[in-house]
Amino acid sequence: MTIAASTGRGRPATSEVVRRLPEILTIWVPLLLSAAHLIAFSLWTIWISFTPSTLVPVAGWVGLRNYSAVAASRNWQIALDNLLLFGSAFVLLSLATGLILAILLDQRIRGENLLRSIFLYPLAVSFVVTGTVWSWLLNPGLGIQKLVHDLGWTAFRFDWLIDRDMAIWTIVIAAIWQSSGFAMALFLAGLRSVDADLIKAAQIDGAGAIRMYRRVILPTLWPITITVIVIQLQFAISTFDLVRALTNGGPGIATQLPALVVYDLMFQRSLLGRGAAAAVLMLLILLAVLLPYAAWRYIQRRRAIHA
Amino acid sequence: MAALSIRALSKRYANLEVLKGIDLDIESGEFTVLVGPSGCGKSTLLNIVAGLDRPSAGTVEIGGRVVNDVPPKDRDIAMVFQSYALYPSMTVRQNITFGMECRHVPKAEQEKAVANVAKLLQIEPLLGRKPSQLSGGQRQRVAMGRALVRDPLLFLFDEPLSNLDAKLRVEMRMEIKRLHQRIGATIVYVTHDQIEAMTMATRIAVMHRGVVQQFADPDTVYRYPANLFVARFMGSPPMNTMRARLQADGSGPVVVIGAGRPDEVRLHLQDYDAATSYVGREVVLGIRPECIAEGDRAFSGASGPPVVVTAPVEMVEPTGAETIVLLRLGGEPAQARVSPDVRPAPGTSAPFALDTRRLCLFDPETERLIA
Repeated sequence: MTIAASTGRGRPATSEVVRRLPEILTIWVPLLLSAAHLIAFSLWTIWISFTPSTLVPVAGWVGLRNYSAVAASRNWQIALDNLLLFGSAFVLLSLATGLILAILLDQRIRGENLLRSIFLYPLAVSFVVTGTVWSWLLNPGLGIQKLVHDLGWTAFRFDWLIDRDMAIWTIVIAAIWQSSGFAMALFLAGLRSVDADLIKAAQIDGAGAIRMYRRVILPTLWPITITVIVIQLQFAISTFDLVRALTNGGPGIATQLPALVVYDLMFQRSLLGRGAAAAVLMLLILLAVLLPYAAWRYIQRRRAIHA
Repeated sequence: MAALSIRALSKRYANLEVLKGIDLDIESGEFTVLVGPSGCGKSTLLNIVAGLDRPSAGTVEIGGRVVNDVPPKDRDIAMVFQSYALYPSMTVRQNITFGMECRHVPKAEQEKAVANVAKLLQIEPLLGRKPSQLSGGQRQRVAMGRALVRDPLLFLFDEPLSNLDAKLRVEMRMEIKRLHQRIGATIVYVTHDQIEAMTMATRIAVMHRGVVQQFADPDTVYRYPANLFVARFMGSPPMNTMRARLQADGSGPVVVIGAGRPDEVRLHLQDYDAATSYVGREVVLGIRPECIAEGDRAFSGASGPPVVVTAPVEMVEPTGAETIVLLRLGGEPAQARVSPDVRPAPGTSAPFALDTRRLCLFDPETERLIA
């Protein structure tokens, strides 16, 4: 009697596990692995940033010494300045480019699908490829400048890539080329979801094209705009491969960015502790962007539930 | 003066003809309801009148002016949408003034116009709010305010009540009707709800498959439906229609339901001269459910006692205010509206009084009213 009862209880539980096996294997195992990976390595990096580690991790406690060393270095300061310039220029310009492309594509033009694919295509290319291709295009001896020279305009100069002051803008150009298609796709989806009656009402009210966009259509896009800004910002903060392939931080350290500083400290100067400190600082900058966004999303959702 | 004239208007999307030669003349001050099932072309017609869609052929005249090539903003119209279409980023006040802002009306004048409309619709406390902070009924009011403030030649309503719950819909229906009576505006109102059409319209245009089936005042549409479609579309429950045969005896034409059956029903027609040419032929008989009642009912205004027949009862649906009885007349199914407390048992037979003054006959081939 007791045996029958216990197997009777045991069998459904086993078959339940078997039934849910695909779900457990495909969702929970990878999720737990990647979460553990992410959290464990983040914690490990944070720990290392407080140790005197150099070539290999060592135990020990140096307090905030690594942080003050990184923060005081010229390399890091230039990287922060560059991040500020690159981040804001890239986000604003890719927003503007994406929005203009989306508005133009939204005019029910012929060949929209083809154009949309073309504008989105750079997103499918790896940053290393983007960086390499643009490094050829912008190389004065190989790319655009040489092309114009060969066409006969020999006074033409376009050598930002080797100009200390302008080199950061080459990264902005390449990054916009790569990701404004993404902003365009999101904006286009937003424009397409605007209530058709709203546009009809504005037409009857007599709003011209500019007033229609400024007062009626674009205000409905601001939640999408914030999402685009946050996604582009977190990309800007963690930019590494694009710069590595395009300028490698140069000329000199003119296009240094935080991720390159981390790489430089950890793998070229073998200062693991300082590299880890720089990485933790990057994480803090990211959190400064992502936490307000998460809070905003939370408030939005709360308000939607209440409404 | 005709506020709106539509002449030989048609609209074709690729191979699909949505509107086929529409002709309508709407007088100033009329409340015209375009009613029909979904897909009948009524909203397309309204969009063409508004200038939001272009006709394939034909003309639209507003206030005596052909407006085919006039953009919506210059047609002197205002429109209320099913989704209300309030600008979500603007306050109620800005929603109402947006049209005037586009037309560069001076600020002081705008203020005065908003104050008037807000008072008329009792939305003064809402002026500072955003549309997302309003209930469905309040949004509906604001949408009407936005239309009213323009004081146009023509108001267009596109199913404005279908997003409201039943109770609010009845309230707003009365309010729109009252508003029309008060300001005397010319209104073209699109709906699929025949009750809205009956209660609000001064004239109804019943549309089906891109054609205006009948354009007349509500009583005419209800009493003398131009064809079987109108007969079956208007009224809830709709008009009973059944095959019958027209015969003649000494006192005039007789319509016989289920001729030859033991339970055939013979109804003498009154004042139905046009029917004489159909004697001896099949017709379709139309009889409104309220013309079939419990056996001891005396119909108001009737000169003599009503015709009483005994008919088998199939089903009974009490609605509270009345009881709908499904019965068979000469073997043909029919619905009757009887008093709420009358509940004949299904499966039995019961006596029913028939009001034969309001019978309609239709030609079975053309489906048109025999008039």
